[in-house]
Amino acid sequence: MKRIILSSLLLFFLVGETFSQTLPNPDLDNWWSSPGIIGTALLIAIISFVAILIVGSRLSAFIQGLQNRSQLREKERIKFELINWEEEELDWILEKRRAAKTYRLTGRELSGHGASEDQRGLIAKVTRHPENPLVDEKKQETLRLETPEPLRNLMGWYLGAAVFWLVFGTMVGQYVGMKFIWPEMDQSPWLSFGRLRPVHTNTVFWGWASLAMVGLGYFVISRTSNTRIFSYTLARVAWYLMNFAVVLGNLFLMNGINNGGGEYREYIWPVAVLFAGGLILTFYNFYQTVASRKISEIYISNWYLLGGLIWTITLVLIGYIPTFQDGLGETVIQGYYMHQGVGMWFMTFTLGLIYYYLPTALNKPIYSYSLGVLAFWTQMLFYTLIGTHHFVFSPLPWWLQTVAIVFSAGMFIPVLSGTTNFLMTMKGSWSAISKSYVLPFFLVGVVFYFVGSTQGSLQAFRLTNFIWHFTDFNVAHSHMTMYGIITFILWACIYALLPKVTGKEPPGLGVGIHFWLAFVGLFAYMISLMAGGTLRGLSWIEGENFIHSVILMQPYWVWRAIGGTLMLVSHLVFAFNFIKMVRADKSETVQLSPALSSTHI
Amino acid sequence: MLDFHKNHKLLVFTAFLGFAVLSTIIAILPAVQLQEVEPLPGMRELNSQELQGLQVYVSENCMSCHTQQVRNIEMDQVWGHRPSLASDYYYSKKRQDIWRQSPSLLGSERTGPDLSEIGKRQSGKEWHLLHLFNPRMVVKESIMPSYPWLFEEKSPALVTQKDVVVPVPQNLLKNPDHKLVAKPEALNLVSYLQSLVQADLGTASDPGFIPSTRQTSAPSQEENSLELDGLQLYAETCAACHQPNGEGIVGAFPPLAGSEIVTDHDPDILIQIILSGYDARPEFGAMPGFADLLTDEEIAAIANHERTSWGNEAPKVTVEQVAEIRKFILNP
Repeated sequence: MKRIILSSLLLFFLVGETFSQTLPNPDLDNWWSSPGIIGTALLIAIISFVAILIVGSRLSAFIQGLQNRSQLREKERIKFELINWEEEELDWILEKRRAAKTYRLTGRELSGHGASEDQRGLIAKVTRHPENPLVDEKKQETLRLETPEPLRNLMGWYLGAAVFWLVFGTMVGQYVGMKFIWPEMDQSPWLSFGRLRPVHTNTVFWGWASLAMVGLGYFVISRTSNTRIFSYTLARVAWYLMNFAVVLGNLFLMNGINNGGGEYREYIWPVAVLFAGGLILTFYNFYQTVASRKISEIYISNWYLLGGLIWTITLVLIGYIPTFQDGLGETVIQGYYMHQGVGMWFMTFTLGLIYYYLPTALNKPIYSYSLGVLAFWTQMLFYTLIGTHHFVFSPLPWWLQTVAIVFSAGMFIPVLSGTTNFLMTMKGSWSAISKSYVLPFFLVGVVFYFVGSTQGSLQAFRLTNFIWHFTDFNVAHSHMTMYGIITFILWACIYALLPKVTGKEPPGLGVGIHFWLAFVGLFAYMISLMAGGTLRGLSWIEGENFIHSVILMQPYWVWRAIGGTLMLVSHLVFAFNFIKMVRADKSETVQLSPALSSTHI
Repeated sequence: MLDFHKNHKLLVFTAFLGFAVLSTIIAILPAVQLQEVEPLPGMRELNSQELQGLQVYVSENCMSCHTQQVRNIEMDQVWGHRPSLASDYYYSKKRQDIWRQSPSLLGSERTGPDLSEIGKRQSGKEWHLLHLFNPRMVVKESIMPSYPWLFEEKSPALVTQKDVVVPVPQNLLKNPDHKLVAKPEALNLVSYLQSLVQADLGTASDPGFIPSTRQTSAPSQEENSLELDGLQLYAETCAACHQPNGEGIVGAFPPLAGSEIVTDHDPDILIQIILSGYDARPEFGAMPGFADLLTDEEIAAIANHERTSWGNEAPKVTVEQVAEIRKFILNP
């Protein structure tokens, strides 16, 4: 049944695609009625719907608390009864009330005589102000996982560096975004737009996301293999290699030394060798850990982690081997490399993390192991073939472009299986979402996984390329995926894991601020660039003077900068929460008897 | 047999093999094949100055905002006279040195205009130098970064004959009594930009654009050709130097508003300058000729726009007048 639905969906999109292909000159007067555009609008509607749902449920809970209907009904009933009462009856009641009114409690009616003590540790916490109308109380993490000291330190290293790179990378991104509004912000060659843009992208790719993923991966690989990490030293060496690569690569970029400007391989090869070295060590470490597992089966997460690592190592090699990089050979490799960098590394690895962290956060098994396996192999098959969709209508061979477009539609299979799997796992636990500070991040990440990936497939079609290619729409898409999917999932994993390992909760209010600023910021960023990008593409199709399209983008760039600011602030709050979760606490007593801590919210 | 979930060797090896095979088919083989194209007949190799300019282009990462690919769809016609071909990149996309690979010139964002034919659209050196020093001096709404580090300020006494002085208003300099001189990097970059022209294939072998389906009814098209939009043509072709308000830029490009040549009752000199260019006044930059780029109708429309805007009042020019002067220039 599932397969029928999948294949019929696929067929539908393929038909839509062939339709737009048989017309080499699509009817641009009705651009808004093409399948690609309608599909994207539909997807944006879905994500807006989810946003409204979350906001609405919060609002309605708040309003309900204010006007308790049953109370009103009770009042009506009493009023009605009072009118029908006899006078004697009324007197009798009033007498009783007077007596009751003057009665005073001694204050010892319910108490025993011994001192009170929570001997079994049943009370998790004491709250003095239980009514909090704004946010639901978040459930605290009660589970403590015993983690070997070296593994705990290792994760601290990886995640700590990742958080630093996130804050640094987004600061650079925000600065670069502001240059669209104030191009004369500085006169320094080091801070020039062309040099800083790759600093932003490479830092958040190789610094933030990669280090966070590997750090979280070490926990998964050791936990699900029921064994210890093969070598902590190798992990430490890999950490140095990867961080050193990002520092060195960024310095080179700011000095105007880049590999040739191809996206995500701007670092010159000596720097890439360092990073690849880190990847190879990590792969070897992961592989040996899985090889020495204490259970016979390899958990599905580890498929994705090992797959992601071996694919990415292959990818970096192909991306940097010089023998086929001249002329348009470089362009073929560039499309392949930049797409697989996202698809085989960030997406694959993060999916592996979801397969572990989502079920543990919900405390139940993953919905379907088989769907995970299906998604794994189709991810490899389809994702690998679609790199050239970044160069539609370019001088690259037409057949290469067509293959890329067709298999972009094929991406529906892994994306739908993954999304179904995660949503079905969450099914039945929806009420837990408002009580947890982890699950909202997962929900947003999973919904964006569906929306962002599907939107990307639609964007690959030829007609959508007419309108969106080369515009800021692409920038919106990449943030929708690298931020909406990867970053949100990584946050979810970090919030899910760290309290269990360190025994320290992040401040609830801090997590709330982090979530909402990032979420609203991403929306402002995405919607403004999508709207502006569409108008810009239409202006080009109309044949208007180019500078018109620059002027028309100005307000959208301002909104993008506003969204970016919200995102940046949310990252500072996240960094604060992170420190709260890992900092060695001086007063150990708080940890020993949680009953004494009066944290709430 | 296929016990991937129990056999980690098999799992990792299969995943690796599958990916490697697919990558070879979809990336490596096409890349090897595309490397083997030949240059086009009309193309020449980049000279050493242009090559060094290309290195500046790459090092400042101009590719992050400028594409160099004319797609085979009609909307890209403004960027080149034919769609780009693999051979177009024969000389420019080569490994730079041992550290750096072939530059990703095709680009993925058009925050700024495509540069495939910038050498034809914008051939003046003075314009490029001013634009690089501060793009907003020549295009007010531009958001391109300035590149002041490609220039240096020299006191007039030290300026030699070889130096290329850029006519920048004094208030934009750190030392108002100094002169702005282009460094070799700037000159190399400009000569690279000037070299960016699509090789001509002749109409017969042109690959051609995929036409758009927007229908323009035949009769209205006829009317349009009689009355071309002079303002639009002026904005596209002339305003970069002479500015949209016709005021020009002091010390670089002469004003057209109130210009004697423009408002002369007899338009011969005006048309002649548009056709074959002008470099007689040392205080201004050289103007390229537009005989190859504009039709007689377009030149007439531009001349009429110039003669009737910004307070200029002169009688209109006819297409026949332009045709006559063009004939005279081509066959003196």
